[in-house]
Amino acid sequence: MSSVDHTPSGSAPDAQKWVDVQASDDFAELKRRLTKFVFPVSGLFLAWYLLYVLLADYAHDFMSTKVVGNINVGLIFGLLQFVSTFVITTLYVRHANKNLDPLAEKLRGEIEGDGK
Amino acid sequence: MNESSPILNISIFGVFVLITLFVVIRASRNTKTAADYLAAGRAFTGPQNGIAIAGDYLSAASFLGIAGAIALNGYDGFLYSIGFLVAWLVALLLVAELLRNTGKYTMGDVLSFRMRQRPVRAAAATSTMAVSFFYLLAQMAGAGGLVALLLGITGTGGQALVIAVVGALMIAYVLIGGMKGTTWVQIIKAVLLIAGAAIMTFWVLGKYGFNLSSLLGAAVDAAPKAGEKLLGPGLQYGKTGTSKLDFLSLALALVLGTAGLPHILMRFYTVPTAKEARRSVVWAIWLIGIFYLFTLVLGYGAGALVGPDAINAAPGKANSAAPLLALELGGPILLGLIAAVAFATILAVVAGLTITASASFAHDIYANIIKKGQEEDKDSEVKVARITAIVIGLVSIGGGIIANGQNIAFLVALAFAVAASANLPTILYSLFWKRFNTAGALWSIYGGLIVTITLIILSPAVSGSPTSMFKNADFALFPLSNPGIVSIPVAFLLGYLGTILSKDKADAVKQAEMEVRSLTGAGAEKATVH
Repeated sequence: MSSVDHTPSGSAPDAQKWVDVQASDDFAELKRRLTKFVFPVSGLFLAWYLLYVLLADYAHDFMSTKVVGNINVGLIFGLLQFVSTFVITTLYVRHANKNLDPLAEKLRGEIEGDGK
Repeated sequence: MNESSPILNISIFGVFVLITLFVVIRASRNTKTAADYLAAGRAFTGPQNGIAIAGDYLSAASFLGIAGAIALNGYDGFLYSIGFLVAWLVALLLVAELLRNTGKYTMGDVLSFRMRQRPVRAAAATSTMAVSFFYLLAQMAGAGGLVALLLGITGTGGQALVIAVVGALMIAYVLIGGMKGTTWVQIIKAVLLIAGAAIMTFWVLGKYGFNLSSLLGAAVDAAPKAGEKLLGPGLQYGKTGTSKLDFLSLALALVLGTAGLPHILMRFYTVPTAKEARRSVVWAIWLIGIFYLFTLVLGYGAGALVGPDAINAAPGKANSAAPLLALELGGPILLGLIAAVAFATILAVVAGLTITASASFAHDIYANIIKKGQEEDKDSEVKVARITAIVIGLVSIGGGIIANGQNIAFLVALAFAVAASANLPTILYSLFWKRFNTAGALWSIYGGLIVTITLIILSPAVSGSPTSMFKNADFALFPLSNPGIVSIPVAFLLGYLGTILSKDKADAVKQAEMEVRSLTGAGAEKATVH
């Protein structure tokens, strides 16, 4: 086994099979389900993070406005970054377990099952 | 006031070393193949690996550095931890699982998958070594200051000796235990670190009736110079337009760097499946997030209970905030425990970096470039990895002694900037852009690397200001200390231009194989069975 060919020995699918699977409806659906979640969500959290950084960088007075006691807007915004990170993590895991894993497993079974 | 006791500190650290060495030796008994040595047989569970990732990520710079930055600069220190945490979403959503499904041991496996092997592997290995080297230097440089504080060793010779001992121990861990032993060291260290931080956090909060607002008020009262400004942004970065831009640049490198750090990426190969890789990231995100919430309390707590003047007067300055807080709260014993954890942190992170760099040399350069893939997975690959680990260990001891006293946070930020510029664009293009080809990969890796390092050399961090590495020279043509805001977009652009301007055609069949494998996990490396 050379480095050019990464497929493990055993039920190694040939080149044509990868191309066929890539062109299949199931695979297109799997890819669609993945990208329609991860791309918009990545854009969203990066924009939200950037907004926070810009506020912290250029809107000192706004961020220093006190809300309750010594807790100010900046601290709340900062803690909300933690909350949004935890929420997105949980949502992604739910999405992956429900919508991605079963389809990926089905395709994997089809690819590796052949030729045995 | 309680006094620090160097003998107590060394004894507690000694106990940690004995326990971890025992675990490492036990773990090494089943280490036979390259997959065992370099990827721990892919047999760790998601939660175990997640804890180990937290151990790798919560380096001395994030523990001592962030707590200290919050104690002295207030809110601006908190900004670091937010960037470090949000960055994990990039790893979770875009990188971890796909990487686990396509690679074997190194970042180079993924980047070179559908490209011409030798040039792309050489580029990936170069960039892996560069990032690991900067990161190693940061950890070893931090060890010196820590030694001064905790063991009362202030002479350069004595500190150099301690750095050498730490380095030698780390080499022993890596040689004996490989990835499995190193992972266990990370797990033990992460549990101790998070538990120690949790105890101190509740202790501090308890002193203020579990009221965050009172704690913040006390921190403001203890810092007459900064006063109310401690609670809002701007104390450290808000002075001028340039420093604001510098902060924006740093923030970009932090959020995009994590998913390009080779020692973090390599951890995803220690689990059996992509699903476990996902679980590891989820565990890591929760642990790291909770830890950073602790550091917020610890930082302001150190400001309130120890006070900025006492912190600034201590050897190691900001880095001593957390240890001084431990001394204030629990006396010499708590300080000894926290000190041992801090040493363990440096030891574990350095071991993780060393095994990553040596794996990249053994797998990408030796097995795949020099031996053209003939030696892959053979015993010789492990042997080369072990020899490389010794060389890297010796280089990092030397570098650590020379860099002793340099700013840790700056060196870590540098590693993040290189990772975000040279690695992340190439990883994302390889995984998601069909047309991406060998020329594009080389342009984005080497381009990102060269632009980042050039800008750093020309920055005020290296020359031309009182805090520079070379105070007496001035070749600072670039105004920012953090290059990310320029180097990251440039690297993305170079990857794009390299691809469309070259006559190379992307290999459509390999692209199909990579895409199908990355999404389905078909043909992925399995766990080894013993």
